[in-house]
Amino acid sequence: MQVCSLAANDLACRRGDRLLFRGLSLRLHGGEALRLVGSNGIGKSSLIRILAGLMPAYAGSVERDGAVALLDERPALDPHLPLGKALGFWQRIDGPEDNQAARLGLAELIDVPVRYLSTGQKKRAALARMIGQRAPVWLLDEPLNGLDARGVALVEELAAEHCRGGGICVIASHQSFAMTGLERLELHSFAPSPEREGEL
Amino acid sequence: MKVLLTLLRRDLAQLLLGGRRGGATLPVLFFLAVAMLYPFAVGPDAPVLARTGGGMLWVAALLAAILPLDRLIEPDLELGLFDQWAMRGIAEEAVVAMRVLAHWLSFGPPLMLAALPAAALVGIDGASLRTVELGLLVGTPGLAALGVTVAALTAGLRGGAALGGMLVIPLAVPLLVFGAGSLATGGESGLALCGAVSLVLLAIAPFAGGAAIRAGRG
Repeated sequence: MQVCSLAANDLACRRGDRLLFRGLSLRLHGGEALRLVGSNGIGKSSLIRILAGLMPAYAGSVERDGAVALLDERPALDPHLPLGKALGFWQRIDGPEDNQAARLGLAELIDVPVRYLSTGQKKRAALARMIGQRAPVWLLDEPLNGLDARGVALVEELAAEHCRGGGICVIASHQSFAMTGLERLELHSFAPSPEREGEL
Repeated sequence: MKVLLTLLRRDLAQLLLGGRRGGATLPVLFFLAVAMLYPFAVGPDAPVLARTGGGMLWVAALLAAILPLDRLIEPDLELGLFDQWAMRGIAEEAVVAMRVLAHWLSFGPPLMLAALPAAALVGIDGASLRTVELGLLVGTPGLAALGVTVAALTAGLRGGAALGGMLVIPLAVPLLVFGAGSLATGGESGLALCGAVSLVLLAIAPFAGGAAIRAGRG
């Protein structure tokens, strides 16, 4: 896998007139994984989107080296198409993938339209799409939502494998994520104190 | 290039064949319905129908182009496809350009075909029919560009579809004036101006639409 890194310098994020966090810096190199921790609305998803380059930061900068793959609550698969065809669209863009469908338990769902899939199955399908991108940097926004115990173990295994292969994982999740060497970033420590919020 | 073709193929499958969203049939049926109802409303006065029929076809074509507006950009935005394209470094401009092409293919040529029976229904003569067909040929690409741009601007807004229609109509007036106007003068100058407006809209659409999609993020 190509050399990759992800760095954020002094990030601040504002949604509407609310400052969610400020002064947030992080630096990840190949093989490292980071879990974003914090209560609802603290800005985990916003941070993921800023790191992905989909949302401008209110302040600060992000440096990305290497392609970035994003997994969020939207599977980005056409709902009316059978799963195989919906994934096929991304394979034509990303190049053919090495049979992730079977490993993710999707093999027998290939002919089922995406809209008939359950939440967990959709999440597995989105994972297959993301892995197929073969990007060294993974941004996972709530990757365990809707997954059963086996699915959770599978995602943990995939993330660990990805990092062993020299990739980077950033995981925003409420659920515990079992993975060796997983660092934690508490977003609470970057939230502005309530009495100072008015000043900013 | 391969990526663009993949995008175009998906867009055509969605817009022309319809997926589950009606495809190209709805604008064509609407267009034919207007042409069919028009003689009932105006009365069986053949000279009046022949004189006004061309203009009516233009109005019908313009309104038919508005029908698919809400499924041009919004569904893909909601599904997160635009975000995933951005993650792969595929520019919004490229996606919008392909969408304009697919949108035009899904209603421009079908409307030009439908104009043949529609012209027979109102009894316009051969020369006028030729002008209408040429006008649609040069005018519908502009309508497609305008439609996609407005769809990108209004995607995600509450009542975006209705607002989109309201935005397209005034902006499409130049196309209508020159396109339908060429019927009255019978000259090429109207068609040329209609084509010029079309080209301007086509040149702007990818950039305006792309910027609108990026601005709507966050």
